[in-house]
Amino acid sequence: MRGLRLVLAVVRKELLLEWRDPSRLTGLLVFSAALTLLLAFAMPGVHVLPDVAAGAIWLGLVLASTRSLDQSFRTEVENGALEGLVLWPVPSLVIFHGKALANAIVLLLVAVPLTALVFVLYHPRMHGSVVDLGVVLTLGCMALAAPGTLVAAIATQARGSSALLPVLFFPLVVPVVLAATRATTLVLEGDPMDQVGAWVKLLLVFDLAHWTLDGLLFSRIVDEG
Amino acid sequence: MDLPPLEALPLTPGKAVAVLAILVIALLNVRAGRRPWYLARWEDAFGLVGLCLLLDGQYMGLVDAPRERMMGEVGRILYVHVPSAWLTMVAFTLTCLFAIGFLVTGWRSLDLLVESAAEVGVALGIVLQLTGMLFARPTWGVYWDWDPRLVSTAVMLLSFIGVLTLRSLLTDPDQRANLTSAGAILATTSMIVTYFSVRWWRSLHQMQSSPDTVASPMVLVLRINAFAMLFLFTWLLVRRWRLARALAARDEAPPLPSAEVPA
Amino acid sequence: MSGLRAHELSRRFGNRWVLVRVDLEVPAGEGLLLLGPNGSGKTTLLRCLATALKPHHGTATFEGTDLWAARHALRDRIALLSHATRLYEDLSAAQNLSCWAAMGDYRPDVPALLHRVGLDGTGSKPVRAFSAGMRRRLALALALVKQPRLVLFDEPFSALDPQGREVVGGVLDELRGQGATLVLSTHHASLGARFCTRAVRLEAGRIAWTGPAAEARDVVADA
Repeated sequence: MRGLRLVLAVVRKELLLEWRDPSRLTGLLVFSAALTLLLAFAMPGVHVLPDVAAGAIWLGLVLASTRSLDQSFRTEVENGALEGLVLWPVPSLVIFHGKALANAIVLLLVAVPLTALVFVLYHPRMHGSVVDLGVVLTLGCMALAAPGTLVAAIATQARGSSALLPVLFFPLVVPVVLAATRATTLVLEGDPMDQVGAWVKLLLVFDLAHWTLDGLLFSRIVDEG
Repeated sequence: MDLPPLEALPLTPGKAVAVLAILVIALLNVRAGRRPWYLARWEDAFGLVGLCLLLDGQYMGLVDAPRERMMGEVGRILYVHVPSAWLTMVAFTLTCLFAIGFLVTGWRSLDLLVESAAEVGVALGIVLQLTGMLFARPTWGVYWDWDPRLVSTAVMLLSFIGVLTLRSLLTDPDQRANLTSAGAILATTSMIVTYFSVRWWRSLHQMQSSPDTVASPMVLVLRINAFAMLFLFTWLLVRRWRLARALAARDEAPPLPSAEVPA
Repeated sequence: MSGLRAHELSRRFGNRWVLVRVDLEVPAGEGLLLLGPNGSGKTTLLRCLATALKPHHGTATFEGTDLWAARHALRDRIALLSHATRLYEDLSAAQNLSCWAAMGDYRPDVPALLHRVGLDGTGSKPVRAFSAGMRRRLALALALVKQPRLVLFDEPFSALDPQGREVVGGVLDELRGQGATLVLSTHHASLGARFCTRAVRLEAGRIAWTGPAAEARDVVADA
């Protein structure tokens, strides 16, 4: 119970930081919106746009997440707050899960308007239910947030961290982009072969593995003296 | 694994050259009254045996082995491609095991082994990727196909190159060791997940080559080449580890001085 | 109950020993003045005592328990104040305090804490707009959230105006009154001596002199 309360306290702190500096979130939204627009021009013609809608959503989210993860750790290293947290009586696992949860929420806050924008610009079909779409978006954002939080924690300790973050992050989330895009496409275009379950299961397994394993690695690297 | 019958190991020019080379080098050294340089360290014996096996194996692969039924002469690249695939897997599995071992025990040697195995793995991985693409062109008609094994090896290569980049950017030895190991574990898990997710996505590639699925005359040649690469890999890994150890000795702290304030 | 003890405490960075066999003993409830030129290892010593750094040799104990081994339990009682203020720039003073308190499961009286360091009335202004002195005082209030038993204070009087020094001095007196153990690292021997009984001078990571805090002024010329 205490652990959960502390995790929520970390999440609350992160969201309060986002709230007090709205330029961070609006920056992410503008970034992903501009990317969606650019991607449309990079396609052979407007007729393929409905087919690539799901890919546009997830590409936008992955690229936006590198920015949001970088920001989330920049505030922590600015005045040595991360070290302060380690020296505060709060377990490193709690710090990790709090930050990862907050990063997932921020990504979802980007994902919802981004999906709406893709619907407006790319005219995808919509055969599945909004609830299914929501489940896929949530699982996908969580699957980006957990490894992302760990990788950002690793990268902030090196010189030139914002350049290093994508180098470590992108290979790691290849399965997420693949599974989330497939699942989203199946929700949008209909799923006659009933395949969406397999992809959602893959996302779930990825989530489970990273939300447990990465916390241990995070504890090991921030609290080793 | 059962040993092949003796007549399956013909005296090929490859073997003859290899044996001759060893004899000449040994004789020269004995005459000079030196400890043979190629046995200066124990791993050099591995290197030498590996080299001989490789000469022999490649000769057999290029000359003795029959033409591949489906792929013709092009199929001979398999004798490089398949062993390097096996050894790349060995290298990265070892990297991951060393990394877990380091995080549990904190032994410095394991950290240096993580670095060495990852680097040798990347080198082998590049050979694997290049021979794979050269092989793909005549057989599938394209250099690249979105095949699970191709994609996951590429992803794994990228991850491990990322880990080595990370390592090069860190200066504090303790921090460097911890972060490299964490990165190596992440890279290995990502490779496994990528493999299965891409396989789900599409399956075009033939099943894994194991001795059961290839024609028997090829098995022996593949085995000789695999052992050759295994020996060479051991040699390379240990050499790289010695280098890492020598470099780390530079950063090694001197013994704790006395409490006297120096003048 | 014994307070803070260090035995042969040593720490290296890369291949350089920055702290060499430091022996210390601070009885519970007393203060230790830590003196020495820049780069003499004062900050490293404080960070080792705060469990931010693992010693590479030797041990340190607080109230009889090993600092590094029991760090997760002891961090509740130890406060490290350094140039790193731990503050979130976009949050206000009160938000910083309440967020940090919530993350440690503390329930402090935030307005009272702010009043104690003379920061009431800063309202919702983000810390970004604070002066260096105000940040130092807010960092002090943040450390008080823990009600620490061991306070490690790196340069308590730097970047402070006379009024700020008064505030910090008052808080230090109060902490000593509550029985907290203090370690103050400072260039200003005369300012720190008031709160301490013993003094130690570090040089090249080793203890070069130790004596009563009152005599420290003769050893070190005030900066």
